[in-house]
Amino acid sequence: MQTLTGAQILVQTLVDQGVDTIFGYPGGTVIDIYDALYDVSDQIRHIVTTHEQHAAHAADGYARATGRTGVVLATSGPGATNLVTGIATAFLDSVPMVAITGNVAGSVIGTDAFQELDITGVTLPITKHNYFVRDIARLQDTVREAFALANSGRPGPVLVDIPQDVQRASFAFEHKAPEAPRPHRVPKPEVIAAAAAAINSARRPFIYVGGGVIASGAGKEVIELAERIDAPIGTSLMGISGVPTTHPRYLGLQGMHGHYASTMAMDECDCLIALGSRFNDRATGDRSKFRPSGRVVRIDIDSSELNKTLIDQVDVRSDVKTALVELLPLVERRRHPAWKRKLTELRACEQSFEDVREGLTPRSIMAVIDRHREQDMPLVTDVGQHQMWAAQYLSFSRPRTFVSSGGLGTMGFGMGAAMGASIATGKRTILVTGDGSFAMDMAEFITAADHGIPLTVVLLNNGVLGMVRQWQSLFYGQRHSNTTLERKVDYPAVVRAMGGTGMRVSSLDELDSALEEALASDVPTLIECPVDRDEFVTPMLPPGGTMDDLVLNMDDVRKRLQG
Amino acid sequence: MNIYSIAIMVKNEYGVLNRVTSMFRRRQFNITCLTVSETETEDLSRITVQFEAENDRAREQLVAQLAKLPDVIEFREFNPDESISCELLLIKMANDHDQRSDMLDAADAFHAKIVDYTRESIIFRIAGTSRRIDNFIDLMRDYEILEVCRTGIISLERGNQVLRNVQTN
Repeated sequence: MQTLTGAQILVQTLVDQGVDTIFGYPGGTVIDIYDALYDVSDQIRHIVTTHEQHAAHAADGYARATGRTGVVLATSGPGATNLVTGIATAFLDSVPMVAITGNVAGSVIGTDAFQELDITGVTLPITKHNYFVRDIARLQDTVREAFALANSGRPGPVLVDIPQDVQRASFAFEHKAPEAPRPHRVPKPEVIAAAAAAINSARRPFIYVGGGVIASGAGKEVIELAERIDAPIGTSLMGISGVPTTHPRYLGLQGMHGHYASTMAMDECDCLIALGSRFNDRATGDRSKFRPSGRVVRIDIDSSELNKTLIDQVDVRSDVKTALVELLPLVERRRHPAWKRKLTELRACEQSFEDVREGLTPRSIMAVIDRHREQDMPLVTDVGQHQMWAAQYLSFSRPRTFVSSGGLGTMGFGMGAAMGASIATGKRTILVTGDGSFAMDMAEFITAADHGIPLTVVLLNNGVLGMVRQWQSLFYGQRHSNTTLERKVDYPAVVRAMGGTGMRVSSLDELDSALEEALASDVPTLIECPVDRDEFVTPMLPPGGTMDDLVLNMDDVRKRLQG
Repeated sequence: MNIYSIAIMVKNEYGVLNRVTSMFRRRQFNITCLTVSETETEDLSRITVQFEAENDRAREQLVAQLAKLPDVIEFREFNPDESISCELLLIKMANDHDQRSDMLDAADAFHAKIVDYTRESIIFRIAGTSRRIDNFIDLMRDYEILEVCRTGIISLERGNQVLRNVQTN
């Protein structure tokens, strides 16, 4: 038994939790914590970002790429509020994260002291739970509890706010093993039996993969289920990489910008098996009109997600893997030739209107990236059109290799997340971003260059805020209010000035050789690639629309814009 | 809109009420009645909430969200037929000479207890169902009401069902 300061207890507890990396930013109320980190620099690597928001995204990317809890540290006041978008991003996508903030001493809490802020109040709706540590005696167990909670059930962010007096006080310390996450609950046999009965009576089954498949590591079981019941597989944005996109049963992304065959098949199935997906409005279209024609079997770890939208459904409250392991023995081997023919038709139909134009089209750019990317490299996106193109056209054969902000849709997520993913995996990492998003987070090139983080950033520059422009074109009479940026910035020069490498390409061949060079370099490298401002993300299911309103491809777009 | 009632056993710590009510606010449920008190176990508080929800599905959603809060130890939804609910009312009336005897008769009919009596005012106390209290206040409108204060609903299930006192640390 030794006596340590609160700051030392925190740091030693983080070591006990197996934390090897912290992303953060020093400040007045965390000086003691940074002082304690100084002593453990051989055990915990600390990365100073240029802004706390990106530190939070880095912790998020670290967690998404590995499943290990990401840790971010910031000072009180502005440091803490800068975390908010990062914490919210992790919350909406169920990413395990522990955010640690300093605060002013307990004696001045509530006096609006310098850089005092009620961050537990601010983050109440965007954390699974948060703690204000008032008593040093509770510090160690609070931190252990925070990690257990971040990883229990549906994962998510937890914030621990530690006032300065607690950091400086002294208390007895003994190393303790991490608190075990709450055990998974095994679904009741009768519920599993009901789910199996629904699946066994299906003639047109469809498996819909959400983020819960990745979180529970159930990819293998999902494929086994699909093989056994002869079902196609579609994914939500968060489900991408949960099963290999190259698998013959994989129909692709589902939802607003989903693949045609996948979206149609989900619409026409008579048994929708939804695995760890929360039926977000971007995935279902108009919720009030979202009425799958048959039964719905839902497996979700979070009971508050079940019974949210649908009517005739079997709810299995469980993590996906545990439920599938129970379910598989009860599921009969089936073949559905008529359904298979229908799916073949849908695929043929999809191919008939696929975008096959030459030149630097989004699709061809993604094809080049796909050729160069090794399958174990994390592929991170920012938010906007480029994100959807990446989700539609890139291939993923390993879970956790697609890292993207789905629920919150956070522009400026990319650089932080890519750094986190690269550091966590030790792999070269590709970030696909747009000029809108990149302008929000490009300062992090400084961090990437300083730490020699091997990022390859492919910047699709169309000079506009493309996704909003697309909506303005389609639904606002082509009134492009405030979305035409055409900024004068020379992006390759900017990243060179920050210590990175910058290139600009104007053809697929140039992109090809630039990627080869970038992926061989240990210096973070930007490749700026022009994209026409009127490239749209298609297919597109207009908001509130049904399958009849689907915008198929660019020809269809042009017809609609003229008509 | 339907009215639902739920009892929640929570950790008796600062900020917990905020976490619970915040869940109602976030999902835009209106709380029509709220009572909070300590229990026979020092580290637990009991919150009784009455709230409006469009339908059972919305209510289930909310309850599932509440159940996820780490500070919520246990909760129970109340079926009106299987539970006892009551409220307490204090009502201060003008002690008007001309109307006094009528008013006292009415109060007597409701078994309202006089807990304060001055030349200018009378305070009645009455306990009972919300409906009974509504009725009593309505009756008192015939006279001059000076001030009304009611506690909000508290409920217990009939029979030997109890909200388990899970030991907290």
